[in-house]
Amino acid sequence: MLAKRIIPCLDVQNGKVVKGVNFVGIREVGDPVECAVEYDRQGADEITFLDITATHEGRSTMIDVVRNTARRVFVPLTVGGGIRTVDDFREILRAGADKISVNSAAVRNPQLIHDAAERFGSQCVVVAIDAKRRPDGGFTVVVNGGRIDMKLDAIEWAKTCEQLGAGEILLTSMDTDGCRNGFDLELTNAVTEAVHIPVIASGGCGSLEHFSEVFEKTGADAALAASLFHFRELTVEQVKDHLTSRRIPVRR
Amino acid sequence: MIAIIDYGAGNLFSVRNALEYLKIEHTISADPAVLEAADELILPGVGAFPDAMRMLRESGLVPVIREQAAKKPLLGICLGMQLLFEKGVEFEETEGLGLIEGSVRLIDAGGLKIPHMGWNDLTVLNPCALTVETQNGDYVYFVHSYRAETPDETISCYTNYHERIPALVHRGLIYGAQFHPEKSGSVGLAMLRNFAGLAGERK
Repeated sequence: MLAKRIIPCLDVQNGKVVKGVNFVGIREVGDPVECAVEYDRQGADEITFLDITATHEGRSTMIDVVRNTARRVFVPLTVGGGIRTVDDFREILRAGADKISVNSAAVRNPQLIHDAAERFGSQCVVVAIDAKRRPDGGFTVVVNGGRIDMKLDAIEWAKTCEQLGAGEILLTSMDTDGCRNGFDLELTNAVTEAVHIPVIASGGCGSLEHFSEVFEKTGADAALAASLFHFRELTVEQVKDHLTSRRIPVRR
Repeated sequence: MIAIIDYGAGNLFSVRNALEYLKIEHTISADPAVLEAADELILPGVGAFPDAMRMLRESGLVPVIREQAAKKPLLGICLGMQLLFEKGVEFEETEGLGLIEGSVRLIDAGGLKIPHMGWNDLTVLNPCALTVETQNGDYVYFVHSYRAETPDETISCYTNYHERIPALVHRGLIYGAQFHPEKSGSVGLAMLRNFAGLAGERK
C-alpha cells in the first residue's frame, strides 16, 4: 500500500539553514547537508530545500548544498526557491535533485510548467501554491510570502498546473502557516478533490495529531513541516510512530 | 567495475552517487568496448519507452547489450527495467530488448492516481541474489505509469497498487527494478551492494 509521506523542509539562505537548528551530534549546526542527513536517519521520506537566497552567489552555494546532499542522502530530494527557467531546472537536477518546486515563476509564466515537464518529465515538476482565503469565500493565489495577491483562484490554478504537466502540488495555506493550529483541511480537501496528482499539505502543523488529522480528513498524499522538525519538537520517527498507531500507512 | 550505460535517457547522477557512496567501482559510458570490458552493467532510464528504445537503437548499443547480457549481470532500473522486456505499448507498440519474457503496459490503477509515485511495500515472491536482506513490507520508491506483464517465475518482488505490479524481476544474470534502488534508502542500497557483489562471485 502506498505510504503517506512525511517531508521535512529546510529553509536555506547563503548555504545555511535559516531557522535555528540544534541537532545533537552533527558536526556543524545549521549546515543543511548535515540536517538532511539527520532527517534521512530519522526516516524522512523526502527532503525539501527551500532556497530563500536572492543573490547569484547564494544560488551557486545552493547547487553545492544539493550536490553534497545527493552524495549522502538516498531518498528523493526536492529543491525550490528562485527557479525561473528550464535552464535553472537542468542545473539543479544535474546537481542531484529529483524534483524542482516552482512557485511565483510558474504563476507569472505558466508555460514554464509545460516546458519543464516536457523536457524532464512531470515527476520532477512540483508546483508550490501559496493560497489565502478570500473575504467572499474561496482561495486566492498569493506570492512573495503572501504580500502579493495574484487574483487567481487557487483551485482553478491547481487544475491548470495539472493540465500543464505538473507532477505534484505543494500546497501551503498562508492563513494557517506559522499558527501551529493544524493544516488547512478545507483548502487541502478543495485541492485534492480538484486534481488527480499528489498533493503535499503544508502550513500550520503544530502537533502529532495535526499529521494524523490531515491524512484522515483530507486526500493529502504527504505532509510537509519545517520548524517543528527544525526545533526538534518532534522527530520524523515520532510522527511515524503516531501515524502507525492511527493505522495510517507509513514507510518504516 | 560496473558500467552505467549512458544512452541519453537516464538519470545517471543518482545511480552514480549511490555507487560512489557504496565505494563500488564504476564508470559511465556509451562505448561498446567499455561495456564489454565491464564486469556488470546498469541500464538506467527515465521517460517514455519508445523514445528510450529509439535512443538506444541510435546509440548502436542494442546488439551490444543483448550480447553482453548473456555474459554478465545486468540491472535495469525503472524505464531501464521495462526495456528488458519483449515489447512496450506506451503510445505505440515498440520492440524492447527482449531479454525477459513479457511486455509493458499502462497500470490499471482502478481510480488511484497515475503515476504510481511514492513509497510502496514489497512482497518477496521468488528470492534472488539482490533480496538477501529484503523483508516483506520493506518500502521502496516508485515513479512510473507503466508496468511489466511477466510470468510469476520471473518476479522476485511485487507491490500492490490496485493491481499486483512486478517490482523486482530476475532471470539468469538479468535483474530489473521498477523502483529506484538509488532513492530507496537502506533497502535500495543493500540491493545495489548485492548486485555489485555478483561480480566478485563470478571471478
